[in-house]
Amino acid sequence: MFTYLLRRLSYALPIMLGVSLVCFALVHLAPGDPLVSILPPDASAELAAQMRQLYGFDRSYPEQFGLWLWRAAQGDLGTSIATGRPVAAEVMKAVGNTLRLAVVATAIGFVLGSLFGFVAGFFRNSWVDKLASLLSVLGVSVPHYWLGMVMVIIFSSSLMWLPATGAGPSGSEGWAWDWEHLQFLVLPAVTMSVIPMGIISRTVRALVAEILEQEFIVGLRARGLTQLGVFRHLLKNAAPTALAVMGLQLGYLLGGSILIETVFSWPGTGFLLNSAIFQRDLPLLQGTILVLALFFVLLNLIVDLLQTLLDPRIARA
Amino acid sequence: MSSTLAPRRRTLPVTVQQSPGYWQSVLHRLLRDRVAMAAGAVVLLLLLMAALGPWITPADPYAASMLKRLKPIGTPGFLLGTDELGRDLMSRLMIGARLSLFMGLAPVLCAFVFGSLIGLVAGYAGGPLNTVIMRTIDVFYAFPSVLLAIALSGALGAGILNSLVALTVVFVPQIARVAEAVTTQVRNRDYVDAARASGASAFTIVRVHVLGNVLGPIFVYSTSLISVSMILASGLSFLGLGVKPPEPEWGLMLNTLRTAIYTQPAVAALPGVMIFITSVSFNLLSDGLRSAMDNKGAA
Repeated sequence: MFTYLLRRLSYALPIMLGVSLVCFALVHLAPGDPLVSILPPDASAELAAQMRQLYGFDRSYPEQFGLWLWRAAQGDLGTSIATGRPVAAEVMKAVGNTLRLAVVATAIGFVLGSLFGFVAGFFRNSWVDKLASLLSVLGVSVPHYWLGMVMVIIFSSSLMWLPATGAGPSGSEGWAWDWEHLQFLVLPAVTMSVIPMGIISRTVRALVAEILEQEFIVGLRARGLTQLGVFRHLLKNAAPTALAVMGLQLGYLLGGSILIETVFSWPGTGFLLNSAIFQRDLPLLQGTILVLALFFVLLNLIVDLLQTLLDPRIARA
Repeated sequence: MSSTLAPRRRTLPVTVQQSPGYWQSVLHRLLRDRVAMAAGAVVLLLLLMAALGPWITPADPYAASMLKRLKPIGTPGFLLGTDELGRDLMSRLMIGARLSLFMGLAPVLCAFVFGSLIGLVAGYAGGPLNTVIMRTIDVFYAFPSVLLAIALSGALGAGILNSLVALTVVFVPQIARVAEAVTTQVRNRDYVDAARASGASAFTIVRVHVLGNVLGPIFVYSTSLISVSMILASGLSFLGLGVKPPEPEWGLMLNTLRTAIYTQPAVAALPGVMIFITSVSFNLLSDGLRSAMDNKGAA
């Protein structure tokens, strides 16, 4: 296990470095002067040079990258050009909001998805299977930003059951797990859960069908085990893969929440990304992408490690 | 030689029947898949609509009128209502098929070409070249696809070409990974060894022995990305990072109509319905193609 951990880490570290390089390069692909949004159009050449120096844009690219990476490793992602606040604090606050949304969405998606997947795989080619397959195709095909709009139309605008936008009665400040706040979470979380639901249900269905064809299931049945007993074995065999898919889905949702956050005005990373892009706030853009991407790599690593722990058949060490 | 063969031909009549080729049997299975055929028909219809676009729209999709803003569905003369600038929605949805389908298909096509090429080279070359290419691919693969697409088009700025580039970059690593995996499998087959032993050049081996065996799986995988590409491309326009107004594109229309969800909800939701139908159809067609190509499936 320990050697596997080391090997997996030695693979993840270069990836993380590469990811940081891409984040850095991405922003420097942007055409135009990075300071154009804060410099007045009639700024003197000296002022421009001074600002350039302040933000470090006067150095060579390798130098800038090294410095940025070194500071990022210490938790300093620079200062936002638009607001003047430290990027790291802004990103962390937003990550908290997005994480709350993504975790709830993944949980809903996992419970429903594995339920559909199990039933569909267990009663293969029955009407339940067809219905579950249809639902999962719809789930992976639906443009979720549109689904969010439809949800708002139905549940906020017509029925007036739930609030349409925001993350709490007092905007984005303060969060509690009570109905006052939770009602703001319902629509975005349910909308978001549709994607992992479709994918998890597909995976679990294929998984269950594959396990049921294996000889040990026939053996169990021959030994006189009830359906429930067989089901228990099925569950144990399918769980590690299903959990791994769930972990990855959480990562995808974290990185891909921007569309849903835009629809519901959820004050998370997507919202931050949006304002960073449209205000051409390069340090903020860089920082947000870096944090989200590194989070995804880290999540992959954790999922891999957990899977080896959970599944004794994977003897990777 | 011929004298010994001639009598055998007579004694063995038509038993050596040409078996139908692989692709023929795939087509046969696909044609019998009713769901896939229905999805294919919808896709065909959408493509037809995009192709005929300007000749079949009931009204000018660009003609705005302040007096006719946000008319409901079923208004005489405006079958599907009007948008926030009073333009005929039905015409815009029909013309919108052009850009929306293009933005869904073009990135996958580009990524199919580049991804296959990269994967083929990495898989066939093996060794250190494979390591270098695949580790680089892994870095891009380490980004969640929506994040990478948005970050790239955010950095490059709005525009059709920039979205195309951004989405292609998102899909190339995914296709290259599949291409590398299948190429590596095929490379180790005996017939490739035999060809190499007989002195065939790498180019010839890839062209004759590898390409035909790997393009199928890569193609099927790529078709499954079309629906993702549709949703992502429209999503970029929805955020204001893709197609620029006044061009009709479903994602962009959804964005501009978003302000109308309280006044004309049915009209505001329509462009999304188009995206949904298109993406479901491509997904079902791709699923059908995959099970038709999978020999294990019901024959």
